[in-house]
Amino acid sequence: MSHSSASPGASGAEAKVSTINEAVIRIAGNSQDGIQAIGGFLARLAGRTEQEVMTFMTIPSTISGGPSIFQVRMGSGEVLSAGDEADVLLAFYQHSYEGHITSLRKGGIVVYDSDHVEPKAEWKETYNHVGVPISSLTIEAIGGTAKDKGKNLYALGLLARMFDLNLTKLEALITERFTGKDHSVVTNALAAFHAGNSYSVGQVIETFRFQEARHRSSQQVVMNGNEALAYGIIAAGVRFGAAYPITPWSDVMEILRRELPKYGGTFVQCEDEIAAISMANGASFAGRVAVTGSSGPGISLKMEALGWAVMAEMPLVVINVQRGGPSTGLPTQVEQSDLNLACFGSHGDAPRVVLAPSDVEDCFYTAIEAVNIARTYNVPVFVLSDQAIATRIEAFPVPDLEKVCQDITPDFTPVAEYKPYDLSTSNGVSHRVVAGTRILNGRYPVATGLEHDEMGHPTGSPKLHMQMTAKRRRKLQALADTLPVPKVYGPPEGNVLLVGWGSTRGPIQEAVDRARAAGDSVSALHLKHLNPLPPGLDNIFSGFNMVRVVEMNDEGLYGFGQLAGLLRARYCDPKITGINKTDGLTFKVREILERARADVTAGMRKL
Amino acid sequence: MSAPQTQNAPAHPASANAVPAPNTERKGLTKKEIAADHPTWCPGCGDFSVLALYFKMIEKRRLEHEKITTISGIGCSSRFPYFVQAHGAHYIHGRSLPFASGVALSRPDLHVFVFGGDGDLFSIGGNHFTHTARKNIKLTCVAMDNWVYGLTKKQTSPTSPLGFKSKTDVWGAVDYPINPMKQAIAAGATFVARTTHSNPNHVLQMMEAAMDHDGFSFIQCLSECVEFYEGAFDASNPRKGGIFNAVPTTHDVADEVAAYKLADAAFPGYFGVFYNVTKPTKNAKEAGVNAAAAGKFKGLKDWQILQKTFDRMK
Ligand SMILES: Cc1ncc(C[n+]2csc(CCOP(=O)(O)OP(=O)(O)O)c2C)c(N)n1
Ligand code: SF4
Ligand SMILES: [Mg+2]
Repeated sequence: MSHSSASPGASGAEAKVSTINEAVIRIAGNSQDGIQAIGGFLARLAGRTEQEVMTFMTIPSTISGGPSIFQVRMGSGEVLSAGDEADVLLAFYQHSYEGHITSLRKGGIVVYDSDHVEPKAEWKETYNHVGVPISSLTIEAIGGTAKDKGKNLYALGLLARMFDLNLTKLEALITERFTGKDHSVVTNALAAFHAGNSYSVGQVIETFRFQEARHRSSQQVVMNGNEALAYGIIAAGVRFGAAYPITPWSDVMEILRRELPKYGGTFVQCEDEIAAISMANGASFAGRVAVTGSSGPGISLKMEALGWAVMAEMPLVVINVQRGGPSTGLPTQVEQSDLNLACFGSHGDAPRVVLAPSDVEDCFYTAIEAVNIARTYNVPVFVLSDQAIATRIEAFPVPDLEKVCQDITPDFTPVAEYKPYDLSTSNGVSHRVVAGTRILNGRYPVATGLEHDEMGHPTGSPKLHMQMTAKRRRKLQALADTLPVPKVYGPPEGNVLLVGWGSTRGPIQEAVDRARAAGDSVSALHLKHLNPLPPGLDNIFSGFNMVRVVEMNDEGLYGFGQLAGLLRARYCDPKITGINKTDGLTFKVREILERARADVTAGMRKL
Repeated sequence: MSAPQTQNAPAHPASANAVPAPNTERKGLTKKEIAADHPTWCPGCGDFSVLALYFKMIEKRRLEHEKITTISGIGCSSRFPYFVQAHGAHYIHGRSLPFASGVALSRPDLHVFVFGGDGDLFSIGGNHFTHTARKNIKLTCVAMDNWVYGLTKKQTSPTSPLGFKSKTDVWGAVDYPINPMKQAIAAGATFVARTTHSNPNHVLQMMEAAMDHDGFSFIQCLSECVEFYEGAFDASNPRKGGIFNAVPTTHDVADEVAAYKLADAAFPGYFGVFYNVTKPTKNAKEAGVNAAAAGKFKGLKDWQILQKTFDRMK
């Protein structure tokens, strides 16, 4: 929390009020306490008050609750990550208090439920302690019926008081959220919220006020990455999908199952992931660009059918919301360890496209880009999201839906003749005519996984296998030619270039900002197109002494993470090395910074 | 964008009489027009007659090229789509049914036929068979059962009888075979019939009835592998001294238990329709879901529907 001014508090009566430009608040309790809901309210409030917001949450992998946290970082300026250290910790239980107190910065404030938490003397010096009997005051406020219900709203009221949040907007959000339920639910929720808000925290600690945010011209929407992916798929015009549930992918399929019928589309819950990708392949064959998706184990199961889509040249979108692996791995934690699987999984030479969104807003637009690449090049496209983007909530400008939404209804106009695997085009891309289209010369195609001739009929001809293999490859090379050269964040020349992909963009760029503020020569490059890679990277790399690829995956047998390995293979550049980690958590800015700094020093020596 | 459907292909799956009506302006196809590549099967393979009768049905029912989709997995029998002059898909081993479901659920204007072997449909694809049947997806599935793995040259299949000497059971098969008819009935298939390649008229009759059925229709068609299991079905072929037992005329096709009992008869068993009931297909149910959802957004373009959702996320 950066204080920019402090007004002197009247001695004893009211503590001081400080103006701040951002704050990191961590709420720790059990998952059934509705902790995610508090985070959701704060994120939406930020969206409605033109503040930037980013959240981070952990959900227990057990079904019946268990420890859960939600961290929200709100700011008047740009917010790139969920924050390394919290300014305020709200702890509901002893385990929440003990488990998370060290995530507070020194001098930070811990607000604890004094009905459940016994503070420890050794921490009282380092952190400001404020005990509030949250449980009993909530019961008092709403009539003592629902013991555990409403605590979260009481806590939200407390936070609103501490941070001088907009009460009218919060009340509106609470009312909207519970509309449609029994009227008493809204009344109780508001009662708990008001009770928390009238607790006089200002007597004991300082309170805060956010600096005026810069004015935004557009309205914001607030959602998490899984929602953004699902709505992006809908905006892209996809009207058929199939999948099998798995964490953290399930939300996407739940949304699509619920929403697609409004648009005349269908989403099918299948018996397994192989059936799901097969159904999607079938729908694509029949003219609908279809979507399937999964996480971890489910993606492994899809590999043979993905190879069919490559061979048969089917447009298909496969979403992978990555989690920790291998095997069942870490179902509710984050990792970027499926890049190799996305690029190379399935047997044979099987070129496909791989894209990775870097934040929630990017999920929406990447889904659309994936659909369009799939239908332009008749190729399966992977979208590599991850658990961190999937569960974090961000506010972003409402897309211009009238412009963005597309109609991709297939064209069934009869054609004179048709070769599904036409070899005559220089970029390898054949025009596609789908099942149900009349072909006037009476010669019909077969979509096939066997090596084939131009009509799709099987062949063992060495020449045709070479030509068709090259055709499938050339399509991706043609795509690569159209990709924009990615922009360097920071100066285009310097000591260290941090390269990232996917959800790490925020923390990497924040690390660059901090490093540069401290006078170190660090820039960053973020890749969205991972297969094929965009042009111009060698040129960018040549401006730096060191290229360090920041990834949430293992450093591998030879010391390089998965993207670092791809880049080394592509550019044969020994200055490409990795910054890796495998703790199942998102990168802290500090972690990146410390390792980049060490390089700067080392790099200096080399210069 | 609000109306993603065209006249040819409604986006809303609808199941009512999904069999395309013959087009009076176009004269029916001749066998020559329906046949594509010359089949690569061994001379004498039972699969030839299944293909010939598929052609005959297309000819007789005056189906049009573009309205037929022929889909298969992997196996000798699964080579089928290459031999038919129509949009076809040769998919991967065992997964033809979910693939075909994707076609059927997104394209009610097409008739979807799946051909596969006993290994393809009941071993590697066994689970898909169960779920396609229980969902009652509108398509026709013909299992060309030869009691052996043909393409991979004589390994034990899930329908190989006990004692069958194969390359993976040189002393004779030890695992109990499955009974595809029982499997289909138990899984919830709404049309279940049995036929054999050696009785062409009967194959044609079963195929037509299956095509006309609004729901998941399944045919077990015995189809001899002359290369690796010669004579397997002689006991069902009167020309080879066997008997062809038609399903008794007294059999009630709506009686599930009776159908199950018929399926339990020792080889050569019965031939004909064992089970035939009508219940709403998944195609129809999804169409119902869509109609209900669309009713709430009448007159709105797709982007306006999405805008409404985003307005609630502010
Ligand atoms: C995933 C996979 N496993 C194994 C195979 C090899 N394979 C191809 S066809 C087949 C079995 C064929 O038997 P069946 O389905 O009964 O068809 P038939 O040849 O008898 O008509 C096998 C094991 C394959 N193609 N793919
Ligand atoms: S191996 Fe058997 S099933 Fe395959 S084509 Fe020859 S006879 Fe037919
Ligand atoms: Mg077989």
